[in-house]
Amino acid sequence: MTLLALQDFAVTRRGRDILRNVSLSVGTGELVGIIGPNGAGKTTLMRAALGLIDSAGHSSLAALSARERGREVAWMPQQREIAWPVDVQTLVTLGRTPHLSPGQRPKPEDQAAVDRALDRMDLLSFRDRTATRLSGGEQARVLIARALAQETPLLMADEPIAGLDPAHQIATMKIFGALASEGKSVMVSLHDLGLAARHCTRLIVLDQGGLVADGAPQEVLTAARVRETFAINAFVQDTPDGLIFQPLDVVT
Amino acid sequence: MSRLALGLSALVAALFVTALAVGPAPLGIWHGLQALIAGGDGPEVLVMREIRLPRALLGLMIGGALGLAGAAMQGYLRNPLADPGLIGVSGSAALGAVLALQTGLAATVALGLPLAALGGALLGVGLVLALAGPRGSSLTLILAGIAISALAAALTSLVLNLSPNPFAANEIVFWMMGSLADRSMTHVAIAAPLILLGGVMLGSLGRGLDALTLGEDAAEAMGVNLTRLRLVLIFGTAAVVGAATAVAGAIGFVGLVVPHLLRPLVGARPGRLLWASAFGGAAMLLAADIAVRVILPARDLKLGVVTALVGAPLFLHLIYRTRQEGL
Amino acid sequence: MLALRAGITAIGLLAGTALPGLTEDVPRRVVSMNLCTDQLAMLLADEGQLISISDLALDPRSSAMVDEAAAYPVNNGLAEEIYLMQPDLVLAGRYSALATVDMLRRLSIRVEQLDPATSLDQVTERMARMGKLLAREDVAADQIARFDQRLASFRDGISPRPRAALYFANGYTSGDQTLAGDILSAAGMINIAAELGLVSGGVIPLETLAMAAPDTVVTGQPYPGASRSEEILSHPVVGALQAGRPSTSMNAQDWLCGTPYVLRAIDQMAGLRREVQAARERQQARN
Repeated sequence: MTLLALQDFAVTRRGRDILRNVSLSVGTGELVGIIGPNGAGKTTLMRAALGLIDSAGHSSLAALSARERGREVAWMPQQREIAWPVDVQTLVTLGRTPHLSPGQRPKPEDQAAVDRALDRMDLLSFRDRTATRLSGGEQARVLIARALAQETPLLMADEPIAGLDPAHQIATMKIFGALASEGKSVMVSLHDLGLAARHCTRLIVLDQGGLVADGAPQEVLTAARVRETFAINAFVQDTPDGLIFQPLDVVT
Repeated sequence: MSRLALGLSALVAALFVTALAVGPAPLGIWHGLQALIAGGDGPEVLVMREIRLPRALLGLMIGGALGLAGAAMQGYLRNPLADPGLIGVSGSAALGAVLALQTGLAATVALGLPLAALGGALLGVGLVLALAGPRGSSLTLILAGIAISALAAALTSLVLNLSPNPFAANEIVFWMMGSLADRSMTHVAIAAPLILLGGVMLGSLGRGLDALTLGEDAAEAMGVNLTRLRLVLIFGTAAVVGAATAVAGAIGFVGLVVPHLLRPLVGARPGRLLWASAFGGAAMLLAADIAVRVILPARDLKLGVVTALVGAPLFLHLIYRTRQEGL
Repeated sequence: MLALRAGITAIGLLAGTALPGLTEDVPRRVVSMNLCTDQLAMLLADEGQLISISDLALDPRSSAMVDEAAAYPVNNGLAEEIYLMQPDLVLAGRYSALATVDMLRRLSIRVEQLDPATSLDQVTERMARMGKLLAREDVAADQIARFDQRLASFRDGISPRPRAALYFANGYTSGDQTLAGDILSAAGMINIAAELGLVSGGVIPLETLAMAAPDTVVTGQPYPGASRSEEILSHPVVGALQAGRPSTSMNAQDWLCGTPYVLRAIDQMAGLRREVQAARERQQARN
């Protein structure tokens, strides 16, 4: 089953090609990492695929109505915005918005989804805390929980682990991995290639608005590819513990 | 019904009855209420039904409208400084109303007065939102508000000064500060339809404003139609503020103070804050209107004076706090 | 128009010089810069003696002598323009442009200020004063006699006296110690402002007006263009007090200044009193 299909996908803004000629599809059970240098078009790819900005070509998600889309895909923007000092429970419950009809109050099953999300993100004890008073990392976890509470087949997250401590970065990637193993799919953009190498089932490399590689981490993260796209030399080795990727130096 | 809803309704009801009991005519409260309900043709009935009842009804409606509009604007802009009075919406509405009165439109077209005020308010909201951007930063919001308020006030003064009516020029202060003195059921009838319509529109925004807590992108991805939300917000705000200003002048700070005070009581949820602010706004304006009648019974002390005395210090406090938070 | 005015002035000057008994003290070039002095001067001045009046004298809402005023050049009460007219006497109100009055006096122009009349007695006083200023005492005495005679005719045996409210923009009213109050009582009515303790005037809140339940309400006439101040005159409460009862709106130009035109105002009010009386009798007959 395909959760996202992009065909000849392109985004042009103010006459400039931000993204061009991208075709890909995401099935079930995948943890897809989107990597690429700054300005490669990672955020644009995800926002345009969701239909939040205008694009050319076909996106299966952008073609849905706003409400249907809200049940198919959860989106966690890079901007970690929590505008009002609401409590964590309330914030995470917002993830249930697409499942409620107008004027409807959250049902017990919605509360159950919220509880599962809080539990997954290890936030049960934070339930009554005011979200805006939490640390940056805690806020990030709350926002991930919000996206999880949406309980959609696909989760798209823009740099969800930036700013988390190593333990929570790993834990979060493991949660995404667990979702994938449950048959859902997760699409995350990230800059930490080491985590991407270890946890993602598939990596998509963007460079200057084009898709330059798409495949298993072992195939994508070659020394040559990394040198060309990221301008770094790296240590890469496939071990029994998984793929080890360690950036070493900038290519001069 | 939650404890808050119960408390607020009780407060509004108590203030409404008090508003009916306050006035220069020496009527006992029971005597007055009896005249109001039972009717008859004595002067008491005239006082209760044609003077105090419309005044109290307008306080209720207009206060509710301003509280609601403030909560909605703040929820949309995600900025606690947004108040229809402060960001120039009321001022623009006053300009529309004054134009309608002086051109005779108000007298010739049914609902011409509130519709013209709505037009003015629409211009004001549109300008503010265009200038402040999707997430209004405090600075641009306040600057845009100052500019729009100043322009609207200048044009209002100009129109009133150009009026052939010698009294008109002296009424600049009414249009800037607002008053419910000597209003009648006619004014209730003028304001009610648009306030109800706009109120229903704004009241429907709860879910969208809640979702906006997470930002525009996240809200839109959760199925909130932002274009529609923006349009409903603009028209709803313009309708309630326009109709309120058309009959009572520009009353500031209600939409600032009330959401601020009630926000902690609704868990800061923008959706719940909407109805709570409508009740709270009604309570605040009724209280302010009782205050102007008790403090200076013989003169028409403007409502805006009282609301500004309460609101301006709070506004300063909020500016100070947003600066600290670096918003 | 200018030529015509010049002609009138020339004839006036000729006529003026031809009159016997004119001394050096008689002002020959009089400028009035106040609505009320305008009208008194027009009534009493010799031909050609009055060379300019204020622009307000041409406003039909304020001036009872618009037709007469058309024959005079107007001024806007500016010191410069008045000085250039080379007046030997300037007539001003007590409260009119004090800076202008001071300036003219510094330029050694004789300025006489008249207080506004606040009673019918003061009307004749003002007429006498104006007559003296213009050296037209005989004309003034003549007009005063006629005024007193007509005034007396109104005051003969009136009873009962209905209660009336004067109601203007912003809920203002005039008390007994005002010209308007005097006009009302000369016409045989009781001013409710007095019952409410307002001596010279003030605001009657709508509620108080409703509770006072006057027999008739006399409102000010609204100006063109809208104002919130005048909206009170069409408030349902005023409407209810006027409904089914004789009532009227006043012609302000007859009420504003202490001139013989106040007789017209008294006459109008006396007419209203008779209507109120007639309505009351009809009511009693029905019961």
